[in-house]
Amino acid sequence: MGRAVASGESGMSEEERLLREALAWKREGRKVAIATVVSTWGSSPRPVGSMLVVDDRGRMLGSVSGGCIEGAVVKEAQAVMDGAPPKLLDFGVSDEQAWEVGLACGGRVQVWVEALT
Amino acid sequence: MKVALAERLLEARARGQTVCLLRFLATGEEALLVAGEQVIGAPLPEAVLDAAQRAQRYDRSTTVESEAGPVFIQVFNPPLRLVVVGAVHIAQALVPMASLAGYAVTVIDPRRGFATAERFPNVDLVDAWPDEAMESLAPDARTAVVTLTHDPKLDDPALDVALRSEAFYIGALGSKRTHARRLERLQALGHGPEALARIHGPAGLDIGAVTPAEIAISILAQMTQALRGRE
Repeated sequence: MGRAVASGESGMSEEERLLREALAWKREGRKVAIATVVSTWGSSPRPVGSMLVVDDRGRMLGSVSGGCIEGAVVKEAQAVMDGAPPKLLDFGVSDEQAWEVGLACGGRVQVWVEALT
Repeated sequence: MKVALAERLLEARARGQTVCLLRFLATGEEALLVAGEQVIGAPLPEAVLDAAQRAQRYDRSTTVESEAGPVFIQVFNPPLRLVVVGAVHIAQALVPMASLAGYAVTVIDPRRGFATAERFPNVDLVDAWPDEAMESLAPDARTAVVTLTHDPKLDDPALDVALRSEAFYIGALGSKRTHARRLERLQALGHGPEALARIHGPAGLDIGAVTPAEIAISILAQMTQALRGRE
């Protein structure tokens, strides 16, 4: 092919960018947690594989929902950053959910929360 | 997630390799596949390996059941690609929008002064002739091709190569009349009606777009429609 005039960095997926950022925070000496959507049922705002990264100073990037469950996820992220084992969170519309936060859209979503160690 | 695993994952992706990250949700154990080969973690059960290969092929992260409980399979495939022919005004709007949507974008324009890094920061630029450049880029089923020059000398050779590829979207800018003449020329090159019907021309959903940014939105929307199968 002819001369490549310039080459860029476009095309890195959102999840790859989030992991890169999480590693950078870790190198700064911060504690870092990663939350990932692992299953969805019905209508849910973010597809399986979507990620949210959080650090111990409250920085966050990415998302695992339209915003309705981020608060609860960040709370759990704090626990895993403080040494708790990884945890599978289940958010739905049922009254029996351990989590009080429901999804306004009526779907159900499972989120895996783990520390970057 | 272990830092070493995350680093290994990003290294492999930077080299353009496919990556599959597995998490056993009952135990917290993790494993990593690079280009189909396991590089981190305890040997995986056959059924889980098969599921990972399927997930990779369909580009779909998923959770499957296994003897060891649920396993989350997260796919990191090479990105979708967009090849834009014509480093023109509309391209300046389309390129950043497509990057944001996750496409690795390449802009082809052999004309002096068009495909410059000032006009197109952070994107792959090629100043070869479109036929040569397109052959080399080899569009596949995860590639969209959009021609924007209105110049048959530049657009036609690119469309000729695109039609012989599996590109999931082929769009050509230009009025209905321009497009009719374009189809006649491509027919003369040996493309039948079925092949020619693959070209979206004029490119873009009919949303009354006027400005370059609006036209870019209509094209990106039509690409999304073609990709996600709602046509």
